[in-house]
Amino acid sequence: MTHLLINYYEAASVILFGIGFMNLLLQNNLIKKFIGLNIMDTAVYLFLAAQGYITNRVAPILTHGIVDADYYINPVPAGLVLTGIVVSVSVTAFSLALVQRLYKHYGTLNMDEIMRLSREREGE
Amino acid sequence: MNWEISTIIQMLMVVFLIACAIGVSVTKNLFIAVIIFMGYSSIMAIIWVFLQSPDLAITEAAVGAGVSSVLFFLTLKKVHALKGTREG
Amino acid sequence: MHKKNTFLQKLKAWVNGEDTLLHADEYIAKRKQPQPKQWLRSPSVEKIKSNRALYSFLCVLVAMVFITIMMVVVSELPTFGNASNPGNNEVMERYLEKGIEETGAINFVAGMILDYRAFDTFGESNVLFLAVICVLMLLRRDSKNISAAEEKEIAEDEALDAVDHKSILQVGAKYLSPVIILYGIYVILNGHLSPGGGFSGGSIVGGGLILYAAAFGHQSVQRFLNFRTFTWISVGCLLTYFACKSYSFFTGANHVGYTIPKGIPGHILSAGFILPLNICVGLIVACTMYGFYALFTKGDI
Repeated sequence: MTHLLINYYEAASVILFGIGFMNLLLQNNLIKKFIGLNIMDTAVYLFLAAQGYITNRVAPILTHGIVDADYYINPVPAGLVLTGIVVSVSVTAFSLALVQRLYKHYGTLNMDEIMRLSREREGE
Repeated sequence: MNWEISTIIQMLMVVFLIACAIGVSVTKNLFIAVIIFMGYSSIMAIIWVFLQSPDLAITEAAVGAGVSSVLFFLTLKKVHALKGTREG
Repeated sequence: MHKKNTFLQKLKAWVNGEDTLLHADEYIAKRKQPQPKQWLRSPSVEKIKSNRALYSFLCVLVAMVFITIMMVVVSELPTFGNASNPGNNEVMERYLEKGIEETGAINFVAGMILDYRAFDTFGESNVLFLAVICVLMLLRRDSKNISAAEEKEIAEDEALDAVDHKSILQVGAKYLSPVIILYGIYVILNGHLSPGGGFSGGSIVGGGLILYAAAFGHQSVQRFLNFRTFTWISVGCLLTYFACKSYSFFTGANHVGYTIPKGIPGHILSAGFILPLNICVGLIVACTMYGFYALFTKGDI
């Protein structure tokens, strides 16, 4: 339990991932579902960045001309997360465009309603 | 476990992050949900600064709190979920 | 029609167009319908979903199991912020110690994502371009995918927009958007010297353009960024990026026999190809962000 308190960033990212996952499963509204997906994204980024952090070291930008691996934090997770953030915004934009099309077609954002309507229209 | 002031602030930030996430889940109004999500992204940007990744902080502030929220708002307008425009 | 016995005769007749019965037709007519096995059939998702309480309970149960498993893993992870964690290995040391010498960039992250792993970033720029193309396919407003009700709504919105003065927004945007765009350009150009780079700077420029378009309408942005320029900038930047980073293919792998002048680390004109690549990525990202906004509001760039 004390270990969880020391690793509080990782523990919080797991909780956030769980909240996002439950949003994805339980919410009926499509926009809320996609907000949940975004929360899951940021939880994974938080986990990665917390793995790269080292106490009492500075950001990976040359300061005071010191070239020494023991002076900076790990730059690898930062690079990975940087690419991830931009991909997540493009995924969000694409899914919101799909939401707009679905609303145009069915006139609602409720997932169950959309499934019911699509089944009815197939039956026709 | 050393209880420095910065550790306590970071823990508060993390707690606020979780509170924002729960707030998004329980609120009924979509507009308020997107506003809370905007706040969530801004808090995330501050946490990146604490984790010594200024690159991520700039990107998250511009993308998460800026562009992504604008896209959400535009979608809300399109699906007639905003008060004062055209309620579905 | 004489009797046909062998399979070949029947097949010949069938090919010639005579009315004959193939073995397969006989088999289909005679076969028994496979009975669904009652004891094997899993409960259908729809049935569970119709029972709201049961569905919520199952979801919470599954999520809780996941969270518990991950929490147990987290409680076994190495301590947060420890320098001897397995993640901080020789890869990081190599990047930090040889980075400036090999890439010339003071910002190690920029040197990493635009020199050591530049193909990664190229793929990502492609993802952005693909996303904007997909949104264009879904939301482009042309005569074929628009209904009469929608047209009426758009006309009403435009009439309301014309009456609305938006004084506060216009005054704010007039003074803020140049500053925002200038800051974005600064972030792009100093990507190898300070935090930032193509992605963040491009998003900031895109945000400034969005603010400008929201205040003064699309026509004012369309003076310098219409669909034609949008396509040219995106495709041109992607091709420039590709040309810049594929030189190691043409000259042999590992930059053999061809070195780009690195310049003095810390100067604005240094770090080899990182500055032009940052500009390319920044332009792509800015165009993409503004393209999303324009497609979401007006249905056209």
